[in-house]
Amino acid sequence: MFHSRHCSRPIAGAALAASLLLAAPFTGAQAADAPDPADWPAVLDAAQGQTVYFHAWGGEPRINSYIAWAGERLKELHGVSVEQVKVDDTANVVARVVAEKAAGQDTGGAVDLVWINGENFVSLKKAGLLMTPGWATKLPNWDLVDTTDKPAVLTDFTEPTDGLESPWGMAKLVFMHDTATLTHAPTTLAALAEYLKAHPGRFTYPQPPNFHGSTFLKQVLATTIADKTKLTKPVDPASFESDVAPLFAWLDALHPTMWRQGRAFPQNQPAMRQLLADGEIDIAFTFNPAGASAAIAAGELPDTVRTFVLDGGTIGNAHFLAIPYNANAKAGALVLANFLLSAEAQARKQDPTIWGDPTVLAIDALSDADKARFAALDLGIATLAPQQLGPVIDEPHASWMTALERAWTARYASQ
Amino acid sequence: MIRLAPAATLVLMLAPVAAGLAGTLLPAFGLVPALGGETLSLEAFRRLAAQPGLGTSVLLSMGTGLAATLGAFMLTILFTAAFEGTYIFRALRALLSPLMSVPHAAAAFGLAFLIMPSGFAMRLLSPWASGATRPPDVLIVGDPAGIAMTFGLMAKEIPFLFLMVLAALPQADPARARRVAASFGYAPVAGWLKTVLPRVYPQIRLPVFAVIAYATSVVDVALILGPTTPPPLAVRLTGWMNDADLSLRFMASAGALLQLGVSLAAIALWIVGERVLAWLGLRWIASGGRRAADRSLAALSGVLMSVLTGALLLGLLVLALWSLAGPWRFPDALPASFTLATWQHHLAAAGATIGTTLVIGLPVVAIAVTLALACLENETRRSRVLRHRSLPLVYLPLIVPQIAFLFGLQILFLMAGLHDTLVAVALAHMVFVIPYVLLALSDPWRAIDPRYGHVASALGASPGRTFWRVRLPLARRAVATAAALGFAVSVAQYLPTLLIGGGRTATVTTEAVALASGGNRRLVGLYALLQMALPFAAFALAAVIPAVTFRHRREQEPGA
Repeated sequence: MFHSRHCSRPIAGAALAASLLLAAPFTGAQAADAPDPADWPAVLDAAQGQTVYFHAWGGEPRINSYIAWAGERLKELHGVSVEQVKVDDTANVVARVVAEKAAGQDTGGAVDLVWINGENFVSLKKAGLLMTPGWATKLPNWDLVDTTDKPAVLTDFTEPTDGLESPWGMAKLVFMHDTATLTHAPTTLAALAEYLKAHPGRFTYPQPPNFHGSTFLKQVLATTIADKTKLTKPVDPASFESDVAPLFAWLDALHPTMWRQGRAFPQNQPAMRQLLADGEIDIAFTFNPAGASAAIAAGELPDTVRTFVLDGGTIGNAHFLAIPYNANAKAGALVLANFLLSAEAQARKQDPTIWGDPTVLAIDALSDADKARFAALDLGIATLAPQQLGPVIDEPHASWMTALERAWTARYASQ
Repeated sequence: MIRLAPAATLVLMLAPVAAGLAGTLLPAFGLVPALGGETLSLEAFRRLAAQPGLGTSVLLSMGTGLAATLGAFMLTILFTAAFEGTYIFRALRALLSPLMSVPHAAAAFGLAFLIMPSGFAMRLLSPWASGATRPPDVLIVGDPAGIAMTFGLMAKEIPFLFLMVLAALPQADPARARRVAASFGYAPVAGWLKTVLPRVYPQIRLPVFAVIAYATSVVDVALILGPTTPPPLAVRLTGWMNDADLSLRFMASAGALLQLGVSLAAIALWIVGERVLAWLGLRWIASGGRRAADRSLAALSGVLMSVLTGALLLGLLVLALWSLAGPWRFPDALPASFTLATWQHHLAAAGATIGTTLVIGLPVVAIAVTLALACLENETRRSRVLRHRSLPLVYLPLIVPQIAFLFGLQILFLMAGLHDTLVAVALAHMVFVIPYVLLALSDPWRAIDPRYGHVASALGASPGRTFWRVRLPLARRAVATAAALGFAVSVAQYLPTLLIGGGRTATVTTEAVALASGGNRRLVGLYALLQMALPFAAFALAAVIPAVTFRHRREQEPGA
């Protein structure tokens, strides 16, 4: 569900950003108004009456409704107002903070809280544009977070979060198929290629650098690369060509059998889901294990759709909330981030009729009343049980995504 | 006071463009003012040139833009030549307001929902005629050559050009020209092309340039109907501009200059075409030929016009259907059930965005109309027509691609501390609203018989009284239409609202585009209708108000 965008050349970009920032006239290092989450009552006091501008991808009405609900609860509980700024691309938010820094606006920024992960987080972190020091691990609800079984809540695309962002939900790549047209789904990439040879046009993926499209590339890369340990390290330009050769050989063979012969691609994941709903394709995928159930509940997919994972595992990660260094309502943003970590908010978020986004909490660590909230959830007819979700393949180092996107674009999107 | 109006208007319109362009130009050459100046460098252009498929993107922008403009222009002219004064012509004229009020994105979505393989047209034909129980795997929307995009742009630009032709026609005195031509034995189309077009064309030339500039740099229509492997230049550079990676901004700025060059080159090509056609046309006129394949041209333009207009209207109907649809699977021609759920869930939130849209649009239109009237009245009083000298300047905001200066402007507003305010957004809208208002108002204003004013002065009326009691009432319809057009332009602004408003200013258009990224057809349908409803209401009011408020003056209307 989470829609994000890449940034090419994060290293060069960050270096440039850093040089810009160093040269720009400084108005004091960290704004003096940074609240300390260790003194929570003071944070609550400061947050009273604030309005938090929460920049979050606005393409999914279910998520927007959930955020609106959270805003109402926060108003009741702590007197904090929440305004969702519906962005169509999280990279715009990063660009916005960068523009504010360039204009010397070090306080009263437009962005109070941003829904973020991966490259966008790395960009902001490297450029020093996030609220410091690390605050996430000092939130009262941090103790509920599952850091042992869900290590992705501490490392975002191999980048340590250092408490600069608070986990909000988990993601894992699952595939969807309509059992009305396809009873036995192919559970390996080889089987997928075989299926397409027999049924041309029945699969596609969003066009990289779309987040879901790039994730599919990473999934294939993780399966085809000879030395998998390379993925935990930055790309080695010297061996990149040979590292990705099997991936592109596989795609070269796949594209002529794909939807529109690989000459056009859906823009994003919802567009791909729509193709499944229209019967144009037989197999699609989502980063939300309950996404298919949620779409069925909303009447956007037929109730014959089921999900499956690939043998050997699929890519998984977490998504987060971050506060820019110049946020206007920092205390309010902390209060919102903390509320979104509560069992109440997390259980509601996991309900497929609401959103269906998996929790970051350790259910065992919760009180009995809160455990019951999760136990009462019906995860939906198309959602796999946690033990059926298979192994998690960790996100490769952020530089792989950038390099893959560039190589893909040069190869398939610049004729 | 009134003498300052033209200067004030130009400043309000051009200063943001100039400042924004500077904000684009400097980074393109490696200069960042915040750094106190760096060394001049062409690195950004080198990186730009190294982008894979850049040439294809440039050709796509140029080709689709010129083809769409040429198609829309020829069709509008031929249709007018063949049908002016007929029932069909009046019918299209009546459809003009609703068609003008359709925002580009909504029109593009409607067309896409209509023509794609799983779209409405195919659903109507399946399975009984096509035999298809599943959508065929045919590449229609997003074809690499941009054909779908070209037709989409054409369909949307025709109403605008048609409006401009209608505004220009009275000065060309077509009825008498046609009569004279007919008496010399010219067939209708040939007669019109030879006697009316040469007088109409100079008046619609600048609007045509604006269409070229728009069509060669369009982003939203290209995203919905255009190719992606690679996309046209404007789409790519918007992506670079929005990228989190700062270093791409330098390249994007260089790309924005390239885009400016592409749009200007397209206009230059058009001018070359004009010369060639003018030369050929002169010879054709001198040859004395009485016919111009009249019947086939008339038939062709009539059919094409009906198809394109019909597709646009049918697309809107499909949008409305989707906003009310329950489950609607291929190949069902209609949804299995209808529901108000989408409207119920989203109308409350939409109400707030409608409020914001009005709060920005109404004052902007009021100011723009006031300024435009002040400029024109000043011109009248000083008996001087400024058009040939300064009019191209007025068009500058329409000819410079938006993305070329908006990002520079954003930084500027940030530095001025005006960012995220409604005032800043309104100022940005003003840049685009004023030219359209002036465009729609100038010709009708200048067409007012000056003798009315002379008589009023002779009877002792002050200049002010002449304006309020004579000229303004005479121009009331044009003023109302110009105001409605200005409002429609304000409603449709996406990039200026998003960038200058810092995302906090949610209008129906920003909301529609954000939701469209989720691809939910029901919501796309709903917001497209809302996006259309506001300008449509404005055009409807523009038709009703002058008639009601000045009932007793009806007999004075000039040349109606």
